[in-house]
Amino acid sequence: MRHSKLTTVTYLAILALLLAAPLLGLYPVFVMKLLCFALFACAFNLLLGFTGLLSFGHAAFFGFAAYVTGWFIRSQGWTPELGILAGVVVAALLGLLFGAVAIRRQGIYFAMITLALAQMVFFICLQAPFTGGEDGLQGVPRGSLFGVLSLASDTAMYYVVVAVFIACFLGISRIVTSPFGQVLKMIRENEPRAVSLGYEVDRYKLLAFVLSAALAGLAGALKTVVMGFATLSDVHWSMSGEVILMSLLGGVGTFFGPVFGAGIVISLQNLLADKVGEWVTVIIGVIFVVCVLAFRKGVVGELLAWMDRRKARTQQA
Amino acid sequence: MEIFGIPHQAFLGQLMLGLVNGAFYAMLSLGLAVIFGLLDIVNFAHGALYMVGAFAAWIMLERWGVNYWLALVLAPLVVGVLGVAIERLFLKHLYGLDPLYGLLLTFGLALILEGAFRQQYGVSGQSYPVPELLSGATNLGFMILPNYRAWVVLASIAVCLGTWFLIERTRLGAYLRAGTENAKLVQAFGVNVPLMVMLTYGAGAALAGLAGVLAAPIIQVTPLMGSNLIIVVFAVVVIGGMGSILGSVVTGLGLGVVEGLTRVFYPEASNVVVFVVMVIVLMLRPAGLFGKSA
Repeated sequence: MRHSKLTTVTYLAILALLLAAPLLGLYPVFVMKLLCFALFACAFNLLLGFTGLLSFGHAAFFGFAAYVTGWFIRSQGWTPELGILAGVVVAALLGLLFGAVAIRRQGIYFAMITLALAQMVFFICLQAPFTGGEDGLQGVPRGSLFGVLSLASDTAMYYVVVAVFIACFLGISRIVTSPFGQVLKMIRENEPRAVSLGYEVDRYKLLAFVLSAALAGLAGALKTVVMGFATLSDVHWSMSGEVILMSLLGGVGTFFGPVFGAGIVISLQNLLADKVGEWVTVIIGVIFVVCVLAFRKGVVGELLAWMDRRKARTQQA
Repeated sequence: MEIFGIPHQAFLGQLMLGLVNGAFYAMLSLGLAVIFGLLDIVNFAHGALYMVGAFAAWIMLERWGVNYWLALVLAPLVVGVLGVAIERLFLKHLYGLDPLYGLLLTFGLALILEGAFRQQYGVSGQSYPVPELLSGATNLGFMILPNYRAWVVLASIAVCLGTWFLIERTRLGAYLRAGTENAKLVQAFGVNVPLMVMLTYGAGAALAGLAGVLAAPIIQVTPLMGSNLIIVVFAVVVIGGMGSILGSVVTGLGLGVVEGLTRVFYPEASNVVVFVVMVIVLMLRPAGLFGKSA
């Protein structure tokens, strides 16, 4: 891995920042929301950045898991960890279903098929009896973890979210650096070669898709527990667009990029929503356009490229 | 009289509604197909351009009293010019890159357009009156047919046929088709390909704008009207086979009817039936009904 020393330092600094955030006076609910979306973006990036598949339907996994978790906790009285587990399992199954249909097509075909499938899930959530229709699921209690640790306080909830986020982040890094991850990268770079080397490319892609869906589901499930609600906006296609923006803005295919991108997008939305009204959509659209035109590597990606160039120059000198 | 156990008036009414929706699906997916064919860009902004077309007609009427028939010409022109500007300012820089960037860029543009109109006009709908000439309904004996709806279906079929003729049967169309195959070679024959590409995007945008004006008297004009429709249209395009002109027209009309019929027999499924059809078609024919296998 490149910049390994710098990476370690960055990780440690972020870890320290995360652990100390409530003490520094950062509003814990905001940071938790941010982490949930960062996890969502990382899950998405596992697919786009490391496998080269652009899914335009990731809101389906995020949002549907959010509903499933909320329903199990609120209506069935499940503990939060079981509710979240249910959300993740359902998201993974949904991912398997989507993947089975979409994986045979590539590029924009793949993107549009996942988009249409996700819209199907949106309408199911709009009409199914358990989702509360237009109102969504409100007032989902946080409950207590394993029936022991009460999550009612923001601080307790916060450290649980941080733990889950770090575990997933490391898990994703592990997946990407594993032999399986190397095969995924090869598929991204040169699919025909992977096929000719005898890899069953479709099965690798499907597995990556299911993993990504499950992690996106985890992000949605966690979000429901933190915020106490699941709504249609979680499963709407604009959410799929938002997660693409987060990855693109931070840097597709970098480890930390999506986290950074999620941070920027969520902060912008939180800071601007009550000040500029609908202009926030316009601003996000402009960022999107600028990213695609000028910063296709994203903030973190451009930074890494800049450091590479500088390193090359110092070595030359 | 009943058809399949449903009162025939309700049955035919839904069928008509389905045909009207199908007409819009056909016109919008046609524009997408033309743009995708030549520019290799999945125009996510198509729904927003459709919305701008409807708003342009409404604004012209409110501000300057421009009537429907004039708006039917002017609004698509405005949207077409907007399309040309979009191509020159943004899309031009993306040719030769992965088509996914085009999708993402136009998605950003859709957000900008939609956000700006939402800021200006809110999300509640504006109503646009049906032009006098087409108000009222005709009694066909077996059903009452609102004149305006009949006009929309006929107009859109005419537009679709016209576009098909232009592309498949004229010299300009031959250049367009050749340009999609090998732009460099066509350029070598002295055809101004960049100009052609620019005008194609403008024409595709104008088609979306025209659909918007046609829709304005039927539905509420709202900033969200495009984003609700565009996903269905994408599904239509996927089912029809991307880039296939004939495919988008036939599939568009057909799916509108299928949707209408579903609304008669099982209303709960009417919103998802298009996507269900898409899944089934893709299982059987991954390239779509009229698509060449990629």
